[in-house]
Amino acid sequence: MFNLFKFASPASFYPLAGKLVTLFAIASVILLVIGLYMSFFVAPTDYKQGEGYRIMFIHVPAAWMSMFIYVVMACWAAAGMIWHTRLSSMMASALAPTGAMFTFLALWTGALWGKPMWGAWWVWDARLTSELILLFLYVGFMALESAIDDPRRAARASGLLALVGVINVPIIYYSVQWWNTLHQGSSIKVVKGGVETSMTEIMVWTLLIMTFACWFYTIAVALSRVRSIILERESDSSWVKEMLQGAKS
Amino acid sequence: MKSRHKRMVFIVIGLAALGGAVALIMSALQSNINHFFSPTEVIANAAPKDRSFRLGGLVVKDSVQREDDGLTVHFGVTDNVETVPVVFTGILPDLFREGEGVVAQGKIANDGTFMADEVLAKHDETYMPPEVAEALEKAEQAKIEASVLPAEGI
Repeated sequence: MFNLFKFASPASFYPLAGKLVTLFAIASVILLVIGLYMSFFVAPTDYKQGEGYRIMFIHVPAAWMSMFIYVVMACWAAAGMIWHTRLSSMMASALAPTGAMFTFLALWTGALWGKPMWGAWWVWDARLTSELILLFLYVGFMALESAIDDPRRAARASGLLALVGVINVPIIYYSVQWWNTLHQGSSIKVVKGGVETSMTEIMVWTLLIMTFACWFYTIAVALSRVRSIILERESDSSWVKEMLQGAKS
Repeated sequence: MKSRHKRMVFIVIGLAALGGAVALIMSALQSNINHFFSPTEVIANAAPKDRSFRLGGLVVKDSVQREDDGLTVHFGVTDNVETVPVVFTGILPDLFREGEGVVAQGKIANDGTFMADEVLAKHDETYMPPEVAEALEKAEQAKIEASVLPAEGI
């Protein structure tokens, strides 16, 4: 029988991750080319915001990924704490830089979008502020992890921060519904009995393709990063030594 | 109970407790987290009287009037229940339009006029091509006419 737990061991996960990196990198590039073409040339001009709204096609996927990656990271951190599996905390630390990058991208593209449309680069409303806190959580996670030398203690401390911070994700998502904000509400909403959207269909498709491109990019980058972390942490183990000797000869 | 089950239960209970605490803090800070006051809240004296705050709502249709200096604008902000008159001197954002959302920062004067220092446009989450917007408007017009005509018939 196919045993999934076999891949919980770094030694057997390392070669599998290598194959997955190539697969997801190619898929991501293809989707990104299609998605960007659609963003600029296929999606229609907006009736109110003209061409300026097109920044949405990078802003929204980046914001979604920033929240999604955090949840995945917190799940890995929790798994590492519960089962004491080495690979789990490595996955969490491999995801953090990409999550921070998407958070920064969401904030930056948001500022570029806010200035022409709202008239301000930044306002302290609930949506923008909670997203900024998310960036600090990512940075805090990475800083805490690298500040402690012992990898197991580092994983425990940073994992706790990741778990506590996960409370912020629903706050970001629902901030536009719970409070008065300058930021507009969600254009794609999950409601009872399906999904509701206040966008033209082609815009939704463009958004989805861009999101999958970002998602596959995240998988490819996180897996290649986790491969480096595996090599670093397992550098004394026999399988790494054998592999390196095999590469030399 | 195995120790990994204990850890799992501990994490779940810990997160639930934390979530509860945050929810209580959020509900206690409700009015501080809100970015702006609605005209109804301003009329009901819920907004601060002596210091600056933000007022949010829709610009009343046909209410925008410019003074001769070309910079001072008068308009009404409504939440479809109450309306607050606003005065602003300065450059308005491109998306500022009658019937659209705004968030204005300023103070309320003694006569009930809101003296704004800054006006930001708040757009909604609807995106569509201009042709579709036009078609929707036409359909809306047709609906209004259809509802008016029978009444005239009587």
